[in-house]
Amino acid sequence: MADKNKSIKLAIVGGGPGGYAAAFLAADLGMQVTLIDPEKNPGGVCLYRGCIPSKTLLHVAKVVNDAADAKEWGVSFNKPGFNAKKIRGWKDEVVEKLTGGLGELGRLRKVEHVRGTAKFKNGTTLIISKKDGSTDSMSYDKIIIATGSEPTVIPGLDIDSPNLLNSTTALDLENIPKSMLVIGGGYIGLELGTVYAALGTKVSVVEMTPSLLPGVDKDMVSVLSKRLKGMFESIMLNTTVSEMREQKNGIKVSFEGQGAEKKAGIYEKVLMAVGRKPKSKDLGLENTQVEVDDKGFIKVDQTRRTSDPNIYAIGDVAGEPMLAHKATHEGRVAAEVIAGHDVIYEPRAIPAVVFTDPEIAWCGLTQTEARGKGIDVKIVKFPWAASGRALTLGRNDGLTKLVVDPETERILGVGIAGAGAGELIAEGVLAVEMAATVTDVGMSIHPHPTLSETVMEAAELFHSHSTHYWRPKRKS
Amino acid sequence: MIKEIKIPEIGESVDSGEVVAVLVSKGDMVEKDQPLIEVETEKAVVEIPSTEAGKVTELSVSEGDSVKIGQVIARVDTEGEGEEAGQEAPEPEEEEAQPEKEEKAEKEKAEEKEDKAKEKAKKKEEQEEEEAEAEEKEEPEEEEEKKKPAAKKEEPEKKKPAPKKKAEEKEEEKQLAPAAPSVRRLARELGADINLIPGSGPGGRISLEDVKRYVRHIIEGGRASMPEAAEGIKEMPDFSRWGEITRKPLSKVRSIIAGGTAQSWSLIPHVTQFDKADITELENFRRKYSKMVEKEGGKLTVTAILLKVIAAALKKYPRFNASIDPQKGEIIYKEYYNIGMAVDTDRGLLVPVIRGVDKKSIFDLSVELLELADRTRDKKVMPDELEGGTFTISNQGGIGGTDFTPIVFWPQVSILGVSRASKQPVFDEEEGTFKPRIILPLSLSYDHRIIDGADAARFLKWVSEALEHPLLLDFE
Ligand SMILES: Cc1cc2nc3c(=O)[nH]c(=O)nc-3n(C[C@H](O)[C@H](O)[C@H](O)COP(=O)(O)OP(=O)(O)OC[C@H]3O[C@@H](n4cnc5c(N)ncnc54)[C@H](O)[C@@H]3O)c2cc1C
Repeated sequence: MADKNKSIKLAIVGGGPGGYAAAFLAADLGMQVTLIDPEKNPGGVCLYRGCIPSKTLLHVAKVVNDAADAKEWGVSFNKPGFNAKKIRGWKDEVVEKLTGGLGELGRLRKVEHVRGTAKFKNGTTLIISKKDGSTDSMSYDKIIIATGSEPTVIPGLDIDSPNLLNSTTALDLENIPKSMLVIGGGYIGLELGTVYAALGTKVSVVEMTPSLLPGVDKDMVSVLSKRLKGMFESIMLNTTVSEMREQKNGIKVSFEGQGAEKKAGIYEKVLMAVGRKPKSKDLGLENTQVEVDDKGFIKVDQTRRTSDPNIYAIGDVAGEPMLAHKATHEGRVAAEVIAGHDVIYEPRAIPAVVFTDPEIAWCGLTQTEARGKGIDVKIVKFPWAASGRALTLGRNDGLTKLVVDPETERILGVGIAGAGAGELIAEGVLAVEMAATVTDVGMSIHPHPTLSETVMEAAELFHSHSTHYWRPKRKS
Repeated sequence: MIKEIKIPEIGESVDSGEVVAVLVSKGDMVEKDQPLIEVETEKAVVEIPSTEAGKVTELSVSEGDSVKIGQVIARVDTEGEGEEAGQEAPEPEEEEAQPEKEEKAEKEKAEEKEDKAKEKAKKKEEQEEEEAEAEEKEEPEEEEEKKKPAAKKEEPEKKKPAPKKKAEEKEEEKQLAPAAPSVRRLARELGADINLIPGSGPGGRISLEDVKRYVRHIIEGGRASMPEAAEGIKEMPDFSRWGEITRKPLSKVRSIIAGGTAQSWSLIPHVTQFDKADITELENFRRKYSKMVEKEGGKLTVTAILLKVIAAALKKYPRFNASIDPQKGEIIYKEYYNIGMAVDTDRGLLVPVIRGVDKKSIFDLSVELLELADRTRDKKVMPDELEGGTFTISNQGGIGGTDFTPIVFWPQVSILGVSRASKQPVFDEEEGTFKPRIILPLSLSYDHRIIDGADAARFLKWVSEALEHPLLLDFE
């Protein structure tokens, strides 16, 4: 197998979780692989300015919040002191270690890492502008585009100010501001808002739609909203920012909509987190047969191949959901396809996790989606108030729910809101991918006392037989 | 009189909850103690019953509302009581889903696909044969045959578009075949469409074994049995050109019926034999004993008696109780007599099976038949109760008609259709006059590969005669 692939010259443009996963597997399958990325090591947005730095800081926030919670149980600490420089250093160290590790893994696999950016000259040739200033034109048999995405801005509000942050600059943690406005109630805004709030910043959130985390099931969002209300200075829904003006001591913001008058004023920092857009421009795609949709995503088929037979696209640039683990999976599929394996990208459940406190996680079919599409499902919910483990943690604000096909009793989706939901959702993914029924999950013994029992008990609830929750049987 | 329905005391320390389901709607007739809504509290979901009987004139809560103890949730007009009593409250979960989505299956020619599957599977098999003898003992041939019928029934007929060749096409919504990722991968490698493979596991889950069995089946020439292989599937015309249309997805039961009947029709050379049985005496006999049977909770019907008669006929003519395996060139005789009963349900035709009919008395059969038919209509029949039949009876007598040609339920080889009995003048040779007699029309469809016309005529004659002489039947 490996021998057959030896002659394949593969280039991968972009070294994020999509790109490096593809590169590593392609190398393992015997191909000659070149990975092109401006950074010193692989990692992309996820490791340098996304998942990893944000989760490092969120862990800091968690420790702060947990310590504060302990007061209720009779343990009090002094008010914490924060050293922004040291926190930043800790975060950078984590990133350094992980990306350095990836660099090493690439070298061991003999992946050629070229520092620079690439552009298509034609379907098989790349022009590479290297970090050292030189330019190269190289031809390959196959090319994978994994250029990821970048933050979008609201036109008109994109003022030139050092106090206007995006996710990248917010993660830099230049200082700990007294006040901050987060524009956008999506996951990135709420996660970063949580970090700054824990560090003592007065955080306000403004969201255009009627709900935080638009698109996520209401009952799960409400678990989070309850706690965020105590943590944030204010949450303005149905509200938009109408104007921002740079001032000496921050940015003066005015609003339109529900929360309009209330919170208008000066914020030391404003974080704009209103979504991300695929990086498909400036790649010279016009010199290839690659097609792009109206949102800028590169069109691909189930094998992740573009309209150009030699070009593949994976990760954020190839479509929603824009998540690292989805990029990685796609990267591996594309590498296998290029190696001649007959595989396709067909996940049943892509987990999504919002790493706030409490966390919100879901996978597979959601209740909202089922309703929108008119899919007949039965929903079972197990509230964490009935979980022993949740009580011992002082965190009974949680909810585990299953979206079940009433006919086959197969679990089609899982949603969890609560502390540690991100870890718990993995079981949901396995259940959905394996086509488990509620009986399968209900009959699998879960360790006691853990939060994972809520998944089992939710499954038992389907037949109204949960041990720790009582629900009347419906006469049929 | 209009009365208020309030939320009663639910339990200690519970003063509010969230409405998770509304079980009735405005205008419904409700009985006293009939649950109106479900309220979720911290420990349980509680049904709130109506304290009055009558017509719901007002319903002041909806799903998601939070409610307090003592709050008025509905008003009931007690005057309306009795008018339409017995009208069932609608079950919210049973609401017909009306998905708007429509799967536009891009069809590759079935032929081509099959060939590919064959080719690929063969290659794979060859490889496997060389490598592993373990394969052999893994699945004893006999076992396989036994499993097949069961699996076949589950045959989902939904079609998934072939993997996209063009990048333009967005991935569409599709029913997800219940199979683990490893199983999906194997199916793909063998060139089989996972959505066409019948699953033998809980909830129709498809196992590795199911995939191998299916593919082996194709290789062995069973291609005609694959619903997809029906030749000449043409594109549907665009019906909306001639007027309004509505599209609704096939229900699961419907698709199974569609797949099953299409397969039987294309695989089995059908012939139908007709006969008439004079059941005048039998009717007398039936009337005489019906009281006795009713006391035991059964109903002495012609079908119950027919079951017994057929079991005896099958013993006498064992081929009618057999199956044919053309691949191995064998007839499989079954030493058990499990007779399926076609039951008309609102989900479509279902065929629950009565086991060991030869060992049961007409008395027992009457009771079991009624109970099984009721459960089938109430959706309480278990999947395994729909399996393992050796012969089927379809009685349309309750509806009408003179004769019909039932389709054999593969892998069975014959099926008896029963139409409506009627009084008819029959010439009495001895007395030289016409006498009113009750005549029951019978149609026997059979698989001509294994049963010849003369056998069928003899079989049906035997059945008719047995019905004409009820005294020969053993009743107890
Ligand atoms: C603050 C934040 C938090 C996040 N948290 C999570 C999380 O918790 N979980 C999660 O799953 N996802 C998270 N994400 C999203 C996640 O980072 C992305 O989904 C993921 O990084 C996408 O991977 P990718 O391989 O498609 O591309 P990216 O990671 O975006 O990498 C693309 C790489 O390509 C390079 N590149 C671009 N153009 C060129 C070119 N022309 N030539 C060469 N190289 C080029 C870029 O410099 C970059 O290094 C987060 C994102 C942000 C911003």
